Amino acid sequence: MEAIIKHEGLVYPLNRANVDTDQIIPKQFLKRIERQGFGQFLFYNWRFYEDGTPRDDFSLNNPKYEGASILVGGENFGCGSSREHAPWAIQDYGFKVVIAPSFADIFYNNCVKNGILPIQLTSEETQAMIKKAEETNYTLSVDLPEQTVKDENGWHATFDIPSYQKEMLLNGWDEIAVTLTFEEKINAFENSKA
Amino acid sequence: MAQPKTIIDKIWEQHVVHQEENKPDLLYIDLHLIHEVTSPQAFEGLRMSNRNVRRPENTYATMDHNVPTRERHIIKDAVSKKQMETLKDNCTEFNIPLADIHHPDQGIVHVIGPELGLTQPGKTIVCGDSHTSTHGAFGALAFGIGTSEVEHVLATQSLWQETPKTLQVHVNGELGTGVTSKDLILAIIAKYGVRFGSGYVMEYTGDAIHSLSMEERMTICNMSIEAGARAGLISPDNITVDYLKGKRHVPGGAAFDEAAAEWLNLATDEGAQYDAVVEIDANEVEPQVTWGTNPSQCVPVNGSVPNPADYDNPNDKDEVERALIYMDLEPEQAIQSIPIEHVFIGSCTNSRLSDLRKAADIVKGKQVSGDIQALVVPGSQSVKDAAEKEGLDVIFKTAGFEWRDAGCSMCLAMNDDIVPPGERCASTSNRNFEGRQGNGARTHLVSPEMAAAAAIEGYFVDVRKFTAAVGG
Ligand code: SF4
Repeated sequence: MEAIIKHEGLVYPLNRANVDTDQIIPKQFLKRIERQGFGQFLFYNWRFYEDGTPRDDFSLNNPKYEGASILVGGENFGCGSSREHAPWAIQDYGFKVVIAPSFADIFYNNCVKNGILPIQLTSEETQAMIKKAEETNYTLSVDLPEQTVKDENGWHATFDIPSYQKEMLLNGWDEIAVTLTFEEKINAFENSKA
Repeated sequence: MAQPKTIIDKIWEQHVVHQEENKPDLLYIDLHLIHEVTSPQAFEGLRMSNRNVRRPENTYATMDHNVPTRERHIIKDAVSKKQMETLKDNCTEFNIPLADIHHPDQGIVHVIGPELGLTQPGKTIVCGDSHTSTHGAFGALAFGIGTSEVEHVLATQSLWQETPKTLQVHVNGELGTGVTSKDLILAIIAKYGVRFGSGYVMEYTGDAIHSLSMEERMTICNMSIEAGARAGLISPDNITVDYLKGKRHVPGGAAFDEAAAEWLNLATDEGAQYDAVVEIDANEVEPQVTWGTNPSQCVPVNGSVPNPADYDNPNDKDEVERALIYMDLEPEQAIQSIPIEHVFIGSCTNSRLSDLRKAADIVKGKQVSGDIQALVVPGSQSVKDAAEKEGLDVIFKTAGFEWRDAGCSMCLAMNDDIVPPGERCASTSNRNFEGRQGNGARTHLVSPEMAAAAAIEGYFVDVRKFTAAVGG
């Protein structure tokens, strides 16, 4: 997994609550057995008409947001299905940071395991960011060690992140390798139950 | 006396492998269930790092999401076929037991776990699927995980997990005639919203819960994730023990009595504290129908669709408006004026034998209205066999339903069972998200009884009046 320490990028605002993983990556794309290549299907049913032409009523298709790498969403972002294809699609499309007032648990975990930084801010803060990103070209810089988000006008916010998740992201750990250093304890646990 | 504990605390303590400050606990996993959609990349990861499956005997695989529900010997969709073959190859390579598409035990992963007795009280159970919460009905700690975690469990039989906060969902009273556990869980989500369980493991308590059958309890725990909770469970009682007796993977004889005593001991102690509590009165619950695009957008069948104008918060107003546009409904439209084109009786929420029996009772001797497409998809091949032994298949087919093989089917429409764009479905599944049952499809979540009655009438009806009117 790639580490993430600091990131600066253009914001894409998605002002909807309860964006579920069925919307992030619809089921017709879950049949692939690879991890890569899901970006083209991100928000597919919102982005495209039945015949595959892009819809101009969905903001991600607005050229203004081309190259965006920070997604700011609404409450309960990533709810529903546990499909890790959702963060795979978000990442493959080019997003490195997702900011929302609240996240669904499994989605939050899945982000961290893939090196996407999920940031929880208050809904006032996210609403303000969404507004600015809708009106202008809005960029943010995110600093994980400091746990801050800043914009160019001097606005800034701090965020919480569990220390284990923070370390995982900062180091780009292979979590399985970490766990395997506890193999003796797992053996002992199994023996005690046998 | 020792501090009273919840079942959640007890199961947790029994499974901690390693604990240190400022870190999640390393939790041992007793049972890992696998299906074809969320596992291929995990096995690929193992191969790439030259790792093995630590406990294949604690792992069990089946095929459910993709499988055709008729003519299963020919899988037309090449990509689905590849995904199923990949699962088969992975299970062979890593020695994992598999109920594949031709196996008599095949079925939806959350239906077959309990059926085979793999699901037991006190176990930690995971699966790359959010409805793993279903298994909590047995007093197991069961939750959905992502594919990276699937790989992690395959390699280490454990997971790093933060100690969960506990939430008591207390249900007083009792459900009225014609009101089901599906209506109860929908009413709970309608009352408290789609994220009140976020960050918690919920325990459902109260007489209304403990008087339910195991299958009814599974329906409730299944939808815990729809309230934002990764896991929801119910303390084991005698109903739990009776259900498990004689199941294939459950010990027999004296070992069973010993196990049963341990299970009953797991139940939450009198006076144990939860981090939060919510309550609902079962007597007030009526048959429910969702009108929107998330499960909390739900009203009693005698109610009507809300009016966006009644919402003060602009984001809420916007959400309701968007849902009404997607669902093609008018503000304040009566639920019983909504005509339907499809009926789906199935999914890990409501596809067990008792669900099919209750639906069959409603349709017996009647005909599906007009040209409604009505589908019954049993949760497992053994549910299907048992139903056929009782003649339920004949009742459904005579009434004009299609009788299919087991799988997820129209719950998420990954196979050929799809609701066409713009068409409307009364569904016994758990998610009414946009496009869930097919791009542009409009889903209304209901109980099996309500779905069956809607199939006969062609629009939503109060199943209580329906049975009274026809003397059922
Ligand atoms: S029946 Fe539906 S909700 Fe249940 S496991 Fe299958 S797809 Fe998921």
